[in-house]
Amino acid sequence: MDAVFENLPLFLEGFKNTLGLLIFSGIGALVLGTIVAGLRISPIASFRAFATVYTEIVRNTPLTLVLFFCAFLLPYLQFSPPFFVLALIGLTVYTSPFVAEALRSGINGVPVGQAEAARSVGLTFGQSLSYVIMPQAVRMVIPPLINVLIALTKNTSVAGAFFVFELFGAGRRVVNDRGDAVIAILAAVAFFYLIITITLGQIAARVEKKVAVLR
Amino acid sequence: MSSVLYDAPGPRARARSRVISVVGIVLLLAILTWLILAMGAPKASANGAVQPGLWDATRWDVFTDVQVWRSIGGGVLATLKMAGVAAVLALIIGVLFSFGRTAAHKAIRIPTAIILEFVRGMPVLLMILFILLVFSTGSYWAGVSALAIYNGAIIGEALRAGIQSLPRGQREAGLAIGLTPLSTRFRIEFPQAFRQMLPIIIAQLVVLLKDTSLAFIVGYSELLRVGVKNLPDFFGNRYLFSFFLVVLAIYLAMNLSLSWFARFIARRSGPKAGKLVAPAPEPMPDAPLSAGVGAGGSASGL
Repeated sequence: MDAVFENLPLFLEGFKNTLGLLIFSGIGALVLGTIVAGLRISPIASFRAFATVYTEIVRNTPLTLVLFFCAFLLPYLQFSPPFFVLALIGLTVYTSPFVAEALRSGINGVPVGQAEAARSVGLTFGQSLSYVIMPQAVRMVIPPLINVLIALTKNTSVAGAFFVFELFGAGRRVVNDRGDAVIAILAAVAFFYLIITITLGQIAARVEKKVAVLR
Repeated sequence: MSSVLYDAPGPRARARSRVISVVGIVLLLAILTWLILAMGAPKASANGAVQPGLWDATRWDVFTDVQVWRSIGGGVLATLKMAGVAAVLALIIGVLFSFGRTAAHKAIRIPTAIILEFVRGMPVLLMILFILLVFSTGSYWAGVSALAIYNGAIIGEALRAGIQSLPRGQREAGLAIGLTPLSTRFRIEFPQAFRQMLPIIIAQLVVLLKDTSLAFIVGYSELLRVGVKNLPDFFGNRYLFSFFLVVLAIYLAMNLSLSWFARFIARRSGPKAGKLVAPAPEPMPDAPLSAGVGAGGSASGL
């Protein structure tokens, strides 16, 4: 246990960086994912096709490969910000199609009859969108979005293997120094991850219960 | 395509969207061409040395060497070996988890729930490292067991959801005809739950296949490590990008075919299969979980 307490500053530093990765790439992925989802459901066929191809390609590429591209090939192509930024780019790109899919299935999950009913009682396009469709879609979208964020939290650990000093990287460094206390150190790292993921999971469960649409 | 968001377009809107479509395609192609040309242009680095462009023949000549393809093939095999064994184990663990989670006794149910929650909140990479260091199994078994446990937990939850979504009458009927509770679960509930959740399970197996690349980090020589580390180390860094593209293409081919298979199964045995669907050609709204089944999915059924 003393190996954990001695190195607590390292762990906290790693925790801070993990949170940073989570927050910034989470926001980035939400923005990019919303754009992709917008393209995906747009009336224009070529936008839809582009978004579909993007989603399929990125979703089927391993995160390790995406981060490898960011960590080694982008600098090779003479674009070299610090590794933290590169990892942010990689995580954002990798997460965005999952966000897009969650949003799209939320919007498409609203039955067509709802929109038809809204239109037939005389609401305009904007009104039916903002009073009828979006309130239902947003409720359905939040729990899967939080699940995407939980997955993102776990995925930040892969960035730790590409020179970013976050929780996993911190754990690895401490393990290298203190080979005698491997279990305690890794359990501490696990504990920090669980702080984030279980909190998010609880929020998702609560939101799900609170805003569930009765059908 | 009709959607919740907008009405079916009339002739004028269709014409307009066709025009925008064409403009969009042209724009995208232009951007893509520019990107490809920009990547192909020779670059001068800071010290004045000029690197050849990325599509230059000197960057691709290694691929005439049979040995290169042989090692890439070995990498693919290593990846598939890890994914295959982990997938089988994950299915077994998933079944066990789903049974533990739906067990009648609290003494089994609650510990299983805690273990599941713990495993699902944990990065796979951390589990791989833990198994590698604590049990010193070697990188192959560390990867296999971590992937099996993690994906087993998720498959287990999917199966549990499948079992719980069955009508209560299924279980009652099984018990009423005199099957034991265990036998009811195995013969009546489980086959239905498995069939219903098959698309999700296969989607999870795609995740498993992708995650084998994490074993790269603990030094297992699978496709990613062979392709972007071992081979460029041997032949020189100027081939890095070429190797990267080839590895990417192989991964995409493997994962896309598995995803396609998942969709095929989803169409045949998903929640909607077997039910009569609306006869109108208008696509039904996507079911929340079966992303992408959409328009094609409603045409199946009887």
